[in-house]
Amino acid sequence: MLKITNLSATVGEAAEAKTILNGLSLNVPAGEVHAIMGPNGAVKSTLSYVLTGRSGYEVTGGSATLNGEDVLDMDPEIRAAKGMFLSFQYPIEIPGVPVMTFVRTAMNAQRKARGEAEISAPDFIKKSRDVAKMLNLDAEMLKRPVNVGFSGGEKKRLEIYQMMMLEPKFLILDETDSGLDIDALKTVADGVNAMRDPSRGMLVITHYQRLLDYIKPDKVHVLAKGQIIKTGGPELALRLEQEGYDGVLGEAA
Amino acid sequence: MDCCGGTTEHDEDCDDVKVKDSIDAKTVEAAKALESENYSAGFTTDIEMDMAPKGLSEDTIRYISAAKNEPEWLLEWRLKAYERWLTMEEPSWAMVRYPKIDYQAYYYFAAPKAGAKYASIDDVPKEILETYEKLGIPLREAEVLLGVEGAVETAAEAREKPRVAVDAVFDSVSVATTFRKELQKAGVIFMSISEAVHEYPELVKKYLGTVVPQSDNFFATLNSAVFSDGTFVYIPKGVRCPMELSTYFRMNAENTGQFERTLIIADEAAYVSYLEGCTAPMRDENQLHAAVVELVALDDAEIKYSTVQNWWPGDEDGKGGIFNFVTKRGDCRGDRSKISWTQVETGSAVTWKYPSCILRGDDSVGEFYSIAVTNGRQQADTGTKMIHLGKRTKSRIISKGISAGKSDNTYRGLVSVNRKAEKARNFTQCDSLLIGDRCGAHTIPYVENRCASAQLEHEATTTKLSEDQLFYARQRGIAEEDAVALLVNGFVRDVLQHLPMEFAVEAQSLLKVSLEGSVG
Repeated sequence: MLKITNLSATVGEAAEAKTILNGLSLNVPAGEVHAIMGPNGAVKSTLSYVLTGRSGYEVTGGSATLNGEDVLDMDPEIRAAKGMFLSFQYPIEIPGVPVMTFVRTAMNAQRKARGEAEISAPDFIKKSRDVAKMLNLDAEMLKRPVNVGFSGGEKKRLEIYQMMMLEPKFLILDETDSGLDIDALKTVADGVNAMRDPSRGMLVITHYQRLLDYIKPDKVHVLAKGQIIKTGGPELALRLEQEGYDGVLGEAA
Repeated sequence: MDCCGGTTEHDEDCDDVKVKDSIDAKTVEAAKALESENYSAGFTTDIEMDMAPKGLSEDTIRYISAAKNEPEWLLEWRLKAYERWLTMEEPSWAMVRYPKIDYQAYYYFAAPKAGAKYASIDDVPKEILETYEKLGIPLREAEVLLGVEGAVETAAEAREKPRVAVDAVFDSVSVATTFRKELQKAGVIFMSISEAVHEYPELVKKYLGTVVPQSDNFFATLNSAVFSDGTFVYIPKGVRCPMELSTYFRMNAENTGQFERTLIIADEAAYVSYLEGCTAPMRDENQLHAAVVELVALDDAEIKYSTVQNWWPGDEDGKGGIFNFVTKRGDCRGDRSKISWTQVETGSAVTWKYPSCILRGDDSVGEFYSIAVTNGRQQADTGTKMIHLGKRTKSRIISKGISAGKSDNTYRGLVSVNRKAEKARNFTQCDSLLIGDRCGAHTIPYVENRCASAQLEHEATTTKLSEDQLFYARQRGIAEEDAVALLVNGFVRDVLQHLPMEFAVEAQSLLKVSLEGSVG
């Protein structure tokens, strides 16, 4: 599904460019959930931005393919149409654009790019109602402008709402647990788990093990210094929790 | 009873003519077609024209007046304005720069040959009909009713379609006015001002120049001397105008100035919604547009005036384009009257325009909702004046300026409260959105308050279209240009809400077209 090979990238202008990914390799097969953990400052978010095509980063080597297609040369919206979805660590406010309008515009843009028919208004509304119910989202909230005046927890739930509406093939969750209380975390995790599917891959980026109690990963990778320095099963996350990154990283070094 | 003669009840026939706030669907299609290229209204129509001699002189004015067979009083009125104009200087306080205008280089009157007004729509020259068709403005009432294909639609379906009466002004003259008979039934007078001068001289004489006096400003005075045509509307007492009224201005002839004059009077407790649309061909030379619009609202009357202005803005290097120097003013002459201006300004090389309200009657209300977009090298200096004279008068100003490219966008406004305007209230909100880093946004609000019990509020913000927002939308699958349009539509949403529905759709498309290529 997602195959990253020897990926290197820099951030910043030419002379001051700083290497942030340094030969990173990672393979997430369809149907699996992989967690990426790492200490603060391990540029975990950077990986999600490079994969989704945010400007300001330059890929200097390696490749990243989704179902065999190299995504690194595609515009962000094409990657989205191919099925890449990023749940943002800090969701962005868009004043004046209601959530429903935003998501419907996005959904139809993706469908159009894939050569599919647009979703009808009644179908969209029905789907939206079902998803909102599952995530405990107030219908009124979906009429308000995207993320404007939303609490931290509401913003994260709205990310999951968008994900469930758009039904992407590959999900990247960037620090989705930050800013969530335990009830909200459960709701969000329920949403994510409902998306688990043999045809779908997920990359869950997190600093704490807590989220992985609710979203059980198949594999856990430790990211540091721009590379994956250790890979293991769910037990690796527990070890990190007990021994700390220093302990585990010390051993790897 | 007269159809819609009352303000409270409608009989069955009225449902036929009751019109929702909207314009014909063809206009929407035309606006959508705009997406295919930057300025699709930029074509010219080949048609023989009668022109006044080039340049401006007393003879030119006599020529115009004679061509229109005007009464003596009007000729004198024009000549008086001309005399005054000769002593005036072009204003230079606006934040716009443009080459000096040579007033002798323009034609002040251009009319399609073979007479100005056509007895029936069938007599309107084919070329002109095609021009309006191309622009999506249907002049044939039958087409408006049945749609162009006509075949698939039943009459009942057609009746559900909202209808708009159109006065089409082609260069200096009005070529067609639709739905006149039906409007007459309701007592509404809707015709070109040239005709009104002959048919309703008393009304014209009573109101012409009473809101924007001849001596008001350089461009208004010029207009008073040479105005060619325009629209006249009178809504009698207690009548709610049964459909949207609309004028469509088209500049076609080369080196021609357009100087239209619009006069709208809403008598006591009357209501009218009026739409104005404008386009012009692409030309290398600058064309001059100096219009005057006067609105009069008597006791309990309401006038809603909406503009979508899409004059040719000039090319990327700032060559050509329309100079849009317009004086628009409404007089809330009666108690509890209301005048509301809504404008979407996307065109013109230079815009100098301040639709204003004089709140004379007690408890009268003035509103100004504006979206002004500048791209390329466009310059806009626009805003409003709210003059509070009566007691408990209220005004509301919402201005959204969007600057892109190397353009400059200035909001200039005045809120003035007279000593006697007890408990007057104003709310002003000016928001500017910058796209890119080579454009400018300026806000110049003047406030003059001479009344202690007045309540005035002002809010202003300037924001930049952020990379973060763009990326967020693109990550969800929305292409860059569409993402810009979506974000901009969000920014202007509270103004778009005040436009009649289909006009709002047209405005959205226009916004998108005029901002094409502004990022990346």
